[in-house]
Amino acid sequence: MSDAMLDREHPAHRPFAVLLPPRERRPLELPRLNTRHVVFFVAVALVVAGSAVAQAPDAPPAAATEALIAAPATPLSVIIKWAPFLLKGFIFNIVISIAAMALGTFFGVLLGLGQISLKGWIRKSSWFVTQFFRNAPWLVLLFFAMFMIPFQFTVFGVTIPLPDWFKAIIGFALPVMANVSELLRGAIRSLPSGQWDAAESLAFPRGKTIRQIILPQCVKRMLPPWMNLYSLITMATVLASIVGVGEMLTLTAQVHAAEGGRAELFAPLYGFAGLCFFAYCWPISKLTQRLERRYNVKT
Amino acid sequence: MEALAEWGRALYEATGINLTILYDQFDQSRFISGIWMTIYLSIISLFFSVIIGVVGAWAQGSPIKAVRWAINGFIVLFRNTPPLVQIFFFYFGISNLLPYVEDADGMRAPLFTNIQWAIISLSLFAGAFNIEIFRSGIEAVPKSTLEAAEALGYTRLGAYRHIVLPLAIRVCLPALNNNLVNLLKTTSLAYAIAVPELLYASKQIWTDAQNVPTMMVVLLLTYVALVGVLVWAMNAWERSMAVPGYGQGRGR
Amino acid sequence: MKQPIGTPAGVLWTPEQPIISVVDVRKSFGAFEVLKGVSLDVKKGEAICIIGPSGSGKSTLIRCINALVEIDSGSILVENQEVNDERLDKLKLRRKVGMVFQQYNLFPHKTALQNVMMAPINVLKQDKKEVEERARKLLAKVRLTGKENNYPGELSGGQQQRVAIARSLAMRPDIMLFDEVTAALDPETVKEVLVTIRELAEEGMTCLLVTHEMKFARDVADHIYFTDKGVIVEHAPPAEFFENAKDERTKTFLGQIL
Repeated sequence: MSDAMLDREHPAHRPFAVLLPPRERRPLELPRLNTRHVVFFVAVALVVAGSAVAQAPDAPPAAATEALIAAPATPLSVIIKWAPFLLKGFIFNIVISIAAMALGTFFGVLLGLGQISLKGWIRKSSWFVTQFFRNAPWLVLLFFAMFMIPFQFTVFGVTIPLPDWFKAIIGFALPVMANVSELLRGAIRSLPSGQWDAAESLAFPRGKTIRQIILPQCVKRMLPPWMNLYSLITMATVLASIVGVGEMLTLTAQVHAAEGGRAELFAPLYGFAGLCFFAYCWPISKLTQRLERRYNVKT
Repeated sequence: MEALAEWGRALYEATGINLTILYDQFDQSRFISGIWMTIYLSIISLFFSVIIGVVGAWAQGSPIKAVRWAINGFIVLFRNTPPLVQIFFFYFGISNLLPYVEDADGMRAPLFTNIQWAIISLSLFAGAFNIEIFRSGIEAVPKSTLEAAEALGYTRLGAYRHIVLPLAIRVCLPALNNNLVNLLKTTSLAYAIAVPELLYASKQIWTDAQNVPTMMVVLLLTYVALVGVLVWAMNAWERSMAVPGYGQGRGR
Repeated sequence: MKQPIGTPAGVLWTPEQPIISVVDVRKSFGAFEVLKGVSLDVKKGEAICIIGPSGSGKSTLIRCINALVEIDSGSILVENQEVNDERLDKLKLRRKVGMVFQQYNLFPHKTALQNVMMAPINVLKQDKKEVEERARKLLAKVRLTGKENNYPGELSGGQQQRVAIARSLAMRPDIMLFDEVTAALDPETVKEVLVTIRELAEEGMTCLLVTHEMKFARDVADHIYFTDKGVIVEHAPPAEFFENAKDERTKTFLGQIL
């Protein structure tokens, strides 16, 4: 991917490069530090410090119960106590999101290429599949994957079990696939048609044109919206708790129950979950904005 | 109606495809009220999210730094946390911090119902996106157009009403449409706090009737149809607002 | 408020007095002083051309006259109304002073006719029927009959500029300001706009033009002002100005351009 991008910048691969003024390639400069960053880093530091404190061996349950009776734990102490447990759940969310993104991108590219196929029936069915999965709510697709995929299947006498978390990954990969397909179609359409003509006049076969000329140029255009999509799918992984896959929100509910189900703990616990996602997704969205500005593409 | 029910029963006997919503009165009414609930949630949240968007975009141009900060903080926070966590945070977290009221039977009831909380969180979530959309629309109106209005004697408010807003709306319609379609899809999250919308009703039906695959397909098709209607309506609106020679060739 | 020399402010204006009186106007944008003490008088019915190199403050000067730009010091009287005054009723001023811009600045979401009708209806709250009748007449006057229902995006630059002129005239101004109105036009359409302006001037409309069209200035203007680097270098009737300019800067400029 990066090779292709570098290649394209090389004058030899841009026949008209000599006619154009040399384009300045600004390095991606670091953002200037402002108060907001400081607040952000302090918040992250608090989370990390909290988990470090909580790494200390837990007190025996009896003592904990006693302590609870003596003085009910403050919201902060509850969060500090359970942070490692909750963060483990959060890491599971990240794993799901990365797996779903990888799977969805792979099939999404295939589907997107199907949308520009020369064969009418491939083009139409790819378009239909894309629109169908793009317009269905993500939670409904997740239900779809959980209920419609069997919990195991047998190939050549070997039984392969499909655990719930795997089905959830497929459930999240479906909307990713549809969105990537649409992004790819948009990116290809936005390329000047001269690129196709030029390739054809150089006797490139269609497959090679797509692989060597069209797709590398699409990568740059697709990167910001693709990152945006990743951030969205990461935030969507909490939906897995609704269909019974144990991730951060499931654990949050468990922690809440374990702490006696006190109503005033809801806000801090869900606030903590929100903070974790914020700390992960906000830098991604900042980077996306910078890339957008740099490539000057609109999502 | 009777014919449809008859057909549903025949279909079940012939193929095993069990569409209880066609012949079972109870399932049918559950399903239809689920659809209405989804539409209701969408329209009310859509309304409030657009208000939040307009007011927020206006407040973002405020000379007071604290106001601008607050709006930006709101946008960044609501765009970068999972909407489900937002709903839980409001419904479980905030709801418990608010005072309780007495309902008609003298029972202690929370200030807002789950449906109201769903509307509040969905409006805030979609509103955060709308603010940015509207602001970029207003920024897209050239300063010189505003100057021309001023030279014709328009006051600031008059110029906004007659010139800037009509132009801004046209610029941001595509992005706004996208966001509103997203809002419609996001209403399914209200399922998690037991709002009897489309997904919730469907799940009840397939649990009772044991027709998961059939109902699943019906559910997906219903959502796709709802989104389709919204997209069609918004496109029609976009077309009716289109002005020859303005705003063409923009976007992708 | 400094009392200007010459005409006393606030006194009822009579047609014998200058309709516009600019006295020692200064304006800076940041550290850059655009106008360094400019004075000029315009009589009713006169056509005045302001010429000069780019960045000499011509556009800023006419923008000051209808209060689009606030001045730092000095005085601008329009029909004896002081423009440089916080209590100024801008609406009243802008009814008297119409302005046409280089980039036309038509409202793209309204048709040609609606563009002309908008301000009288929204701002002056005039009767819609009466305004429409007037607007159609004005569009006919600028030779755009048949284009009433076209959107600006469907019109050529010259046609748009004539709509913009009609739009200004619909407010029934006493004075028209033209800010390099032909600078953004194709050469073929420049003429149609100039003809329109010339007719206006001949009908007795007070016109203040910033322009680069020397031939037009010579034919139409009653008086020509030459500005350079924020000051008025010299001014004279066109024949005198073009035949024997006195200042070296004017000679150099005319030498380059003619």
